[in-house]
Amino acid sequence: MPTLGRACLILALVACAYGILASVYGARTGKRQWAESGRRAVYVVGGLLTISFGLLELAFLRSDFSFATVASHSSTSTPGFYKASAVWSSQEGSLLLWAWLLAMWSSLVLFLTRKRMRDVTPYATATLLVFGAFFCGLLVFAASPFHVLASPPAEGAGLNPLLRHPSMMIHPPMLYSGYTLFAVPFAFAVGALIARRVDAEWIRSTRRFALAAWFLLGVGILLGARWSYSELGWGGYWAWDPVENASLMPWLTGTAFLHSVMIQEKRGMLRIWNVSLVLATGVLAVLGTFLVRSGILESIHAFGASTLGKPFVAFIALLTVVSIALVVSRRDMLRSENRLDSLLSREAAFLLNNLVLVGLCFVVFWGTFFPLISEAVTGTKASVGPPWFNRYTVPLALMLVLLSGIGPAIAWRRATVANVRRNFVVPLVCAAVCAVVLLPLGVGESPLSLLMFAFGTFVVASIGQELVRGIGARRAMAHETVPVAAVQLVRRNRRRWGGYTIHIGMAVLFIGIAASSAFQHVRDASLVPGQTTRIDGYDVEYVRATGRIADDPDGTGAFMSLGAVLNVSKDGKRVGTLRPARNYYPGNRTQGTVGQFVLGEATSEVGLKAGATRDFWVAVQPNPDWLAGVINRANKVPERAAPVALQLIAARYAENPPPATFRLLASPLVTWIWLGGLIVIGGALIALWPAPDLARRRATASLRARVAQDLGQA
Amino acid sequence: MLLVFVVLLAAVAVVVAPLRRGRAERTTEREQTQRDDLEAAKEAKYLEIRDAEMDFRTGKLSEADYKALDRQLRSEAVEILSRIDELH
Repeated sequence: MPTLGRACLILALVACAYGILASVYGARTGKRQWAESGRRAVYVVGGLLTISFGLLELAFLRSDFSFATVASHSSTSTPGFYKASAVWSSQEGSLLLWAWLLAMWSSLVLFLTRKRMRDVTPYATATLLVFGAFFCGLLVFAASPFHVLASPPAEGAGLNPLLRHPSMMIHPPMLYSGYTLFAVPFAFAVGALIARRVDAEWIRSTRRFALAAWFLLGVGILLGARWSYSELGWGGYWAWDPVENASLMPWLTGTAFLHSVMIQEKRGMLRIWNVSLVLATGVLAVLGTFLVRSGILESIHAFGASTLGKPFVAFIALLTVVSIALVVSRRDMLRSENRLDSLLSREAAFLLNNLVLVGLCFVVFWGTFFPLISEAVTGTKASVGPPWFNRYTVPLALMLVLLSGIGPAIAWRRATVANVRRNFVVPLVCAAVCAVVLLPLGVGESPLSLLMFAFGTFVVASIGQELVRGIGARRAMAHETVPVAAVQLVRRNRRRWGGYTIHIGMAVLFIGIAASSAFQHVRDASLVPGQTTRIDGYDVEYVRATGRIADDPDGTGAFMSLGAVLNVSKDGKRVGTLRPARNYYPGNRTQGTVGQFVLGEATSEVGLKAGATRDFWVAVQPNPDWLAGVINRANKVPERAAPVALQLIAARYAENPPPATFRLLASPLVTWIWLGGLIVIGGALIALWPAPDLARRRATASLRARVAQDLGQA
Repeated sequence: MLLVFVVLLAAVAVVVAPLRRGRAERTTEREQTQRDDLEAAKEAKYLEIRDAEMDFRTGKLSEADYKALDRQLRSEAVEILSRIDELH
């Protein structure tokens, strides 16, 4: 099995090299059969990496500890559900997942575009294969997932308990799908520049894939935030951690690209900007992988710190130099066809939106790499924390939300006073009413949050007004009922209405962030059963302690779980029950006959009572000195008695626990963040849904009449 | 080892297949490619025309701008349709 896996990786690397040469030769000589052969090389790489990935998955599921990576990242006690996801917790498996997803997405895209842009696709194929060759090269020469141990251990080290969370099954594949799909518009941009075909066609051909990349990366980021909120035990969903930032940067430039391509398609403007954005997004996607995998920056995600830094830096440098060289050498062809007519226009709003997004990306980049920059300049590694990020990102985020309400309503080319009045009076009134209503409720204590609420309302009102007017226009044109007109309106321009839905979702999400950041209450308390603490006007009573052995409720494979049952009430009325716990996982034999089962990693399983207006969140930390003491005494028993000893410890904790430390949070509107995310996902799906196929419709009238006829049909 | 050999053979077979095809097939393929490109351009142009109409009806384009834009977009659509017809 390892031989076949290794052979497939070597063959994939050879296929990448062949595909690059065949594609470039086919493009330069016009011999289509070579370009076609190069494209098929991508399919072959996809097939070979599927075999490799399948073999590695099988090894993990079978707990085959002859594979070094299985022995160091899984164990027989790891639940089956998490054995499957343990593949990408390892350095090698993670790189294989990247390469596999790249090959699969590239195969799909090249298959779908096989009859389009024949002059551009061979270069795009070669570019995608360069990405493939880099990752296959790493897998063959630097981080082989098929390295076999001479004497396999009887038991593996197990999956890091922090990764035993359902969203970890989906979060990394989503992020990597986003990263790898962003390689597609990158590759097509490179192809278009090399082939000197810099019209909007390459954008049209790849826009859907750029949107899919943006969508998948966004889902990955959201799942990561959810994981952080419910697993990391600190109560937050975003920590400005380097790896979180790494996924945010390409998402921000990708968002900018998805907006600015509309200007190029409609007005032939911003060509240099668009091509630069998409190239930067591709480079940032590789940078994101580099940050996770190199361990160059300290991160909560430092699961796979390694020595892959140098090849990654070399590859990123190559991509950057080639991108800049191509844009500079084709700058004459990339000149705009039109100029900006007015600063009061949709084009200007889009341009400003792009500047804000790129500004955000720059802030995130600077803050993320500040430790390296400071070390290079001063010799000392210094880092910046969340307050630094918040100082710059909050005003930019406010501006972004405001612009997402202005963009859909403002006129193209030049907005007149009458147009501005017609489109903005209602949203402005709604925003003002929102601010006035919220002021007496105490929201004015945080002026920036109040602004975010008002701007969010502005966005919803602006898009609601658009919907009402659009339905009115369709009813006037086609005499349809309101529901039919609404469906037809969306169906005929899914991209626009999907985009508007995303704007609403983002407004809801930002309102959730603003409220939960500014008005969160935190309390740390040490309690014994029967005691009560108070937070944000709510009473929280520690009712009793709990202790379980090999039976944690979330099925993460924890050997022992010590927790608490808490009742939340307000004015004597019960609001809910919280059940936080601390899970203990196996360590190693040096920790004693009993300690080896529970003195490995420990994680918090938070107690969460989520609601539409407020979340109650609590994490518990049983007294570590008490636990160390009882384990130390229990270590005197022989190993075969360890389960009984642990059972007794858990029972003793449940009956007579020492004081436990609790962290309690009451955060308003956190649910709005997840709800906003779901609305964004819905909007992205609307925009991604394929348009009705008019290509097969045939008209027999004259050409001018045919245009009118075709337009009337859809 | 046999499995590796089988995988290698399959990979080579997939990759070299296009190199064994005839010229006539490639010419037809080229025409089909042009037709698909033009059909895609037509769809994009139609979407632009509908978009402009909706922008006009919801007050984001003045009447003068809309008429000029619509005229231009429709003539571009006609141009694309003629090129599609030339291929038939």
